[in-house]
Amino acid sequence: MTKSESPTTAIPFWRDERYLQLLGQVVFIAIVLLFGYFIFGNMVAGLRRQGMTLGFDFIRGTAGFDIAEKLIEYSRGATYLRAFQVGLLNTLLVSVVGIIFSTIFGVILGVARLSSNFLVNRLAAFYLELIRNLSLLVFLIFWYLGVFLKMPRVNEAVVWPGSIYLTNRGVGIPWGIPTESFGTYRWILLFGLFLAIVVAYILNEQGKRTGRPPLTLVWATGAFLLIAVVGWFVLPVSPLALDVPFVKGLNLSGGLILSPEFMALTSGLVLYTAAFIGEVVRAGIQSVSRGQVEAARAVGLNAFQTLRLVVFPQAMRVIIPPLTSQYLNLTKNSSLAIAVGYSDLFYVSNTITNQSGRAVEMFSLVMATYLSFSLITALFMNWYNQRIRLVER
Amino acid sequence: MRKLLTLLSVLVLSSLLLAACGGAAPEVPDGTAAPADTAAAPAEPATEAPGTTEGPAPAAQDGGFGQTLETVQARGNLICGVNSQVPGFGFIDSAGNFSGFDVDYCRALAAAIFGDATKVEFRPVTAAERFTALQSGEIDILSRNTTWSLVRDTELGGNFIHTTFYDGQGMMVPVATGFTTLEDLDGGTICVQTGTTTELNLADVMAARGVSYTPAVYEDADSTFGAYYEDRCDAVTTDKSGLVARNTIADDPSAHLIMDVTMSKEPLGPMVRHGDDQWFDIAQWTVFVLFAGEEYEIDSTNVQDVKASTTNPEVARLLGNEGDLGLKLGLDNEWAVNILEQVGNYEEVYNRNLGPDTPTYIPRGLNSLYTEGGLLYAPPFR
Repeated sequence: MTKSESPTTAIPFWRDERYLQLLGQVVFIAIVLLFGYFIFGNMVAGLRRQGMTLGFDFIRGTAGFDIAEKLIEYSRGATYLRAFQVGLLNTLLVSVVGIIFSTIFGVILGVARLSSNFLVNRLAAFYLELIRNLSLLVFLIFWYLGVFLKMPRVNEAVVWPGSIYLTNRGVGIPWGIPTESFGTYRWILLFGLFLAIVVAYILNEQGKRTGRPPLTLVWATGAFLLIAVVGWFVLPVSPLALDVPFVKGLNLSGGLILSPEFMALTSGLVLYTAAFIGEVVRAGIQSVSRGQVEAARAVGLNAFQTLRLVVFPQAMRVIIPPLTSQYLNLTKNSSLAIAVGYSDLFYVSNTITNQSGRAVEMFSLVMATYLSFSLITALFMNWYNQRIRLVER
Repeated sequence: MRKLLTLLSVLVLSSLLLAACGGAAPEVPDGTAAPADTAAAPAEPATEAPGTTEGPAPAAQDGGFGQTLETVQARGNLICGVNSQVPGFGFIDSAGNFSGFDVDYCRALAAAIFGDATKVEFRPVTAAERFTALQSGEIDILSRNTTWSLVRDTELGGNFIHTTFYDGQGMMVPVATGFTTLEDLDGGTICVQTGTTTELNLADVMAARGVSYTPAVYEDADSTFGAYYEDRCDAVTTDKSGLVARNTIADDPSAHLIMDVTMSKEPLGPMVRHGDDQWFDIAQWTVFVLFAGEEYEIDSTNVQDVKASTTNPEVARLLGNEGDLGLKLGLDNEWAVNILEQVGNYEEVYNRNLGPDTPTYIPRGLNSLYTEGGLLYAPPFR
C-alpha cells in the first residue's frame, strides 16, 4: 500500500498537516505584523494631528541643561547627543564598578554561606535572606536618604586614615593626577603587559614539556609589576601626582569626590546583587559532588587548594549562566538611578525627552541601548561559558 | 495557486478581525494606518466607532475641532493634570482633597462645561511626565504651574492658554550661609528639579555670570526640597512662588532666605493639546471670565444679584442675560455665572490660595488687574 506516495491520490493540502502547520505560522506572523503596523500607524497619525513628527534631527540641538557628573567634556551649550553620551558613560561606569565589586563580595558570601564555622555561616545566611527579600528601590533610597545624606556636614567632616573624607556632599578619596610624564608611562605599562604575556607563553610551553604545573599567573604578574615599578622610578617626574581631598569653603576639593548619588547607587546595587550572586555561587559549589572534595582531601590538598583546584573549576559550569543574568540585572537595575538623582543613561534621556518633547525617539534609543548592553554582556558570558564547559571526548 | 488563494483569504479575514478589535482605539486615519493590501479594513472601524463610548471611560481622545469637549461631556468629568506637591498651587491637603490656585482653575473649567465645579478628576503629574500625559490624551488639560515658552508651544504639541500667574525664578539659601547674590554660590551645589524651565534658566544665568556650580537634579519637588533641607545643596532654585509655597512646609521656614534676585520670566498658565481650537477657546475664555469677574466686581456671593440687576451691557453679555456668548463656545449660556458662583473670580481664587490669610502668602505684584498696575487684562466679552 503506497497510497500516500501516489500523486493521483495525494491528500488535499488543506488536510495535509505539513501545510496546515506552515499556514498557521504564516498567519500568526501576519497577524503580529499587521497589529504592529496598525499601532505604529495610529501613533504616527496621532502625532501628526498635533503637528509633531518623528525623527532624530533634534539630537543635534542644544541641550541647555547642566549635568552634575560627567566623564567627558560637557557644558550647557553641548548637543542632546553629547548629553546622551554622558549618561551612557555614567551607566557603564556604575555597571562595571558594580559588577566587579558585587562579584567579589558575592563569592565571599557564597563561600561563607557554606562555611563550617557556625557564626560565619549564620551571618551570611542572615544577610542573604534579608537582602534578597527587600525591594531594590527601597534599598537604594535607604542608602541615599538614610546613609549618604545623613553623613556629617562638610565643616564637620569625618576623616578616616588615608585622607578619606566622609561628608554629606560626597566621599573624598585621594587620587592620582596625571603629570607630563604620564604619556610615557603609559607606553612603559604597555611594554610590561607585553612582557607578561611573553613570560606566560614561555612558562606554559615549558609546563607542557616537563609536565610540571608552572605558576604562570604569579610570574606574569610579577613581570608586569616589576616593569611598572621600575618605570615609575626611572622617569624624572613621577607619572601620577597624589591629590589629597581637603575642605574648601562649603565643599570638598581635590582628590576624587564620589558624589552621594553615585555612592548610594553603587553601594546599593553591589550589596543587593551580591546577595543573589552569593546564592548562585553556593548552588554552584554544592553541585560538585561530595566525592570530589573527599578525593581531593585524600590526595593531600588543603581546604583552599581543594576549593581552587577541584571545586571551583567544576562549579563554574553551573555558576556562569545564572551569574550572567545577575550581571544583566545589575546593568538594567542601574536605571533606578533616577530615584537617587544620579545622572545615568535613563535619567539624562528622561530630561532630554522632557526638554525636547521627543518621547518616542528617546525611549526607542534608550531601549535599544539597554538591549545592546545586555546582548553584548550575554554574548561575552556565553563565549566564556563555552570555553570553560566540560569537554566531552 | 489554490494554496495562495487560501492564504490570502485567511489574511484578509484576520485583518478584518484586527480592524474590528482596533475599533476601540481612535479612528483609523486615512491611508497611513490601514494596511494597503486589505481594502476591506478601513471600512470596519467606521461602523464600529459609534459603539465605543461604553465600557471604561476612555481616556481623553486626541482630536480635531470639538472632539475634546465631546469626549469630556460623554465621559461626564474633566481630567485635569495638576501638581500635588506645591502648596498654594496644587497640593493634597490634610483632608485628602486637592487644593490650590491651579486646581481651582480646573474647577472653574468644570463649572463652565458641566455647571458643576466638582466634576473634575485630578491626576497628579510630575514635571517630567506632564507633556507626555497631555500629548497622549491621558489628561484633557494641564494646569500645573507650567511656564510658557516657544519650544513648549510648538514642539511639545501643545498650546498655552493665557497666563494665570506671572512669576520669576528665584534662589533660596539657608540664612546661616549669609549668601545674598548668585556670585556667592560660586563652586557650590544647587538643587533643581528635572524637566523644568528653571533647570535651563539656571544653566543660562550661571553661564552668563560666569559662576561655576554643580547641579543636583531630582525627579520631583519633594525630593528636590528634601535634598536641600538635608543640606545636600547650598541653594535650591525654582519659581519664586514655588519657593515661598514649599518653604511653608519646612521645619523652620525662618531659617531660609529667598534671594532678592529674579533669574527669569516665568509666565505660568494652563496648556492644551494642539488640534482642537474649540477646546483652546473654552479654556482661554474661562481664564478671562476670572479676570473680568474681578474687574466688574462680580464674585461668588453677589453674582445672582448682579445678574438680576445689571445695566452694564458687557456684564449682561458675560452673565448670559444678553446674546449667546456661551453657546458660541459650545457651552451653556450660564457658563460664566457657573464659574463665578461656584469658584469665584480671580481675586477670590487668589486670596483663597495665596492671599494674606494663607500660609503661602505671595503679594499680588504683577498679578493685579491692569487698572491697578498689574498685567491681568481680559479682552471684551462681545
